[in-house]
Parts: sequence; C-alpha cells; structure tokens
Amino acid sequence: MAKQLYWEDVEVGTELPSLAKVATTQILVGWAGASGDFVPLHYDDAFARSQGLPGVIVHGALKRQWLVQLIIDWSGDEGTLRKFSCQYRAVDFPRPMRTLTEAQEGETWWGKGKVTKKYIENGDHYVACDIWVGKGEGEVTTTGRATVILPSRSAKG
Amino acid sequence: MPLPAGITKFIGQVSSTIYEVEKGAVARFAEAVGDPNPLYWDEEYARKSRYGAVIAPPGFFGWPMRRGESSDDLKTLVSSLAEAGYGRILDGGIEWEFLKPIRVGDKLTVTSTVKNIVERSGKTGKAVFAFREIIYVNQNNETVTRARQTTIHLVG
Repeated sequence: MAKQLYWEDVEVGTELPSLAKVATTQILVGWAGASGDFVPLHYDDAFARSQGLPGVIVHGALKRQWLVQLIIDWSGDEGTLRKFSCQYRAVDFPRPMRTLTEAQEGETWWGKGKVTKKYIENGDHYVACDIWVGKGEGEVTTTGRATVILPSRSAKG
Repeated sequence: MPLPAGITKFIGQVSSTIYEVEKGAVARFAEAVGDPNPLYWDEEYARKSRYGAVIAPPGFFGWPMRRGESSDDLKTLVSSLAEAGYGRILDGGIEWEFLKPIRVGDKLTVTSTVKNIVERSGKTGKAVFAFREIIYVNQNNETVTRARQTTIHLVG
C-alpha cells in the first residue's frame, strides 16, 4: 500500500486523490451477486424500461463502495474510517458490453473528496471530508461525508 | 399525505438474523467493487497489519435485502407497500458508524428495527420513505457497526 498519511499532512481544503471508476453491465451483475441486491432494475433492461427508465441503472450501493475505497485508499492501513454517509442524487447508466470481456466506450466516473474539518477528540486525531461521485462532465450523482481517524506524528496511536 | 392503511404497524418492528463472515464472500465483494486492497483477501499481508487477520471492507453489509437472508419484516413491509401501489423500491442512502473491525470468521447478529415510515411527495411523485436502524454485534458481544438505512418506495 501507499505511504501512510498522517493527520499533520492534511489541512481543511486538502483534496483527496481522485479515484477513477467504470461501471459496465458485467460489473453490475458481479455486484448483484456479491452484495445480494437482486433488484432487477440493475440487470434486466426490459424491466428497467417498464419502470420508465431508458435502461438498467448502476446500484447506488456500488457507488457508495467506490467512496469507501476512495477514503480508505487515502487514509491508509493505519487510518480508521469511523463514520460514513451517502445519498444518491441521480441515476447513472452502465456501459453496455461490446465483447465477452470489453465494454463499449462511454462514461468514466470519479470518486472525489475534500477535507472540511480537522480536530482532536479524546486523544484521537480526526479528519472530516465531503465525498462525492461525479461523471466525466462533472455532474455529481452521489454525495456523502466521511470521518476518519488518522495517526499523528505527535502522539501514539 | 396519509400512508397506506396498515403500514404504520411496521414501525418499531424488530427482526434479527445471524450472518457468518466468509473469506470468499469478502473477497468477492471487494472484487466486485474493483478494490484491490490486500487487507480484504491476502492472509499474510493482513496478519502483519494491525488487524491481525483479513477484514471485511466497511460497508460489506449495506443493503438489507440480501437474498436468502432478507428479514421477514422487510419482505412483509415491502410486499404490503407493493400491494398499496408502491411497487418500486430505491436505495435512499445510508449512514454508518464503524466501531470495530469485522474480521473473516466473525459471526454477526444483525438486528434491524423499523424506526419510521413517512410519505412524501417529490419530483418523482408520491413516495414512502422507510428508515431502519441496523446494528451488527459480533460473537464477542461487541457492537461493530451501527447503520441507518433509508429505502424509498415509489408508485409503480
């Protein structure tokens, strides 16, 4: 894993390294199986159309886990994700498959975040962040907040 | 807006299930996210970490409708809402508090309580919002995660 981040390394306004993600119909099927979410909106195109959508949509919970990955990649093995929330603002559509393994060209999503608060509580060094998933053109479809405990250079643990 | 008749009786309903955290399930979950973090699959790497064992990614249990282990209350609430015309269901988001790590091999008692059910009108029409609190307790009687989950039930 990357070099460990310390509490002293971040300031309010610090941006998290962006995480690029692609959702394909194949990835959604994998997510359905792994997460146990078998709502057919996410894999059955005819069903999605019957619900008034142009096609199947990306699971909100998959976008949520992209944001969990964003935060944990940033805070490192010694960081601890303490609180996390997210809401889904708009639907996203996966890239259809072109071959057995390759998706069509299309959308790339970005997990992003920014530090909003830095504080010490009961001896622990906390950082709060706004986090979001946006499309390539910048439209944000998922927003959230995360609170992590980071190691400090000036304190044990 | 009034709620469909009989729906408020689900408020306060508690259901509980036991879930064993399997190594393969955790690895598949991380793979499905596209998250290569070795803490979720590499036993040697994880053993040397401060966790001492492979852990589940935070959020490993986000959606209460896992097939085969859906709680009775959820199925009944969902089907009652569907009968009342709210046939579509959306994930309305989540709030988590992570208190302790979840390790492969843990046996979790998952207790879900329906905290509130309200009807609201929004840009997509009438909708019923159901709020659940879900508490995950491990085999050592430690609360590992607290969640507040919202599901949105739409007419259709």
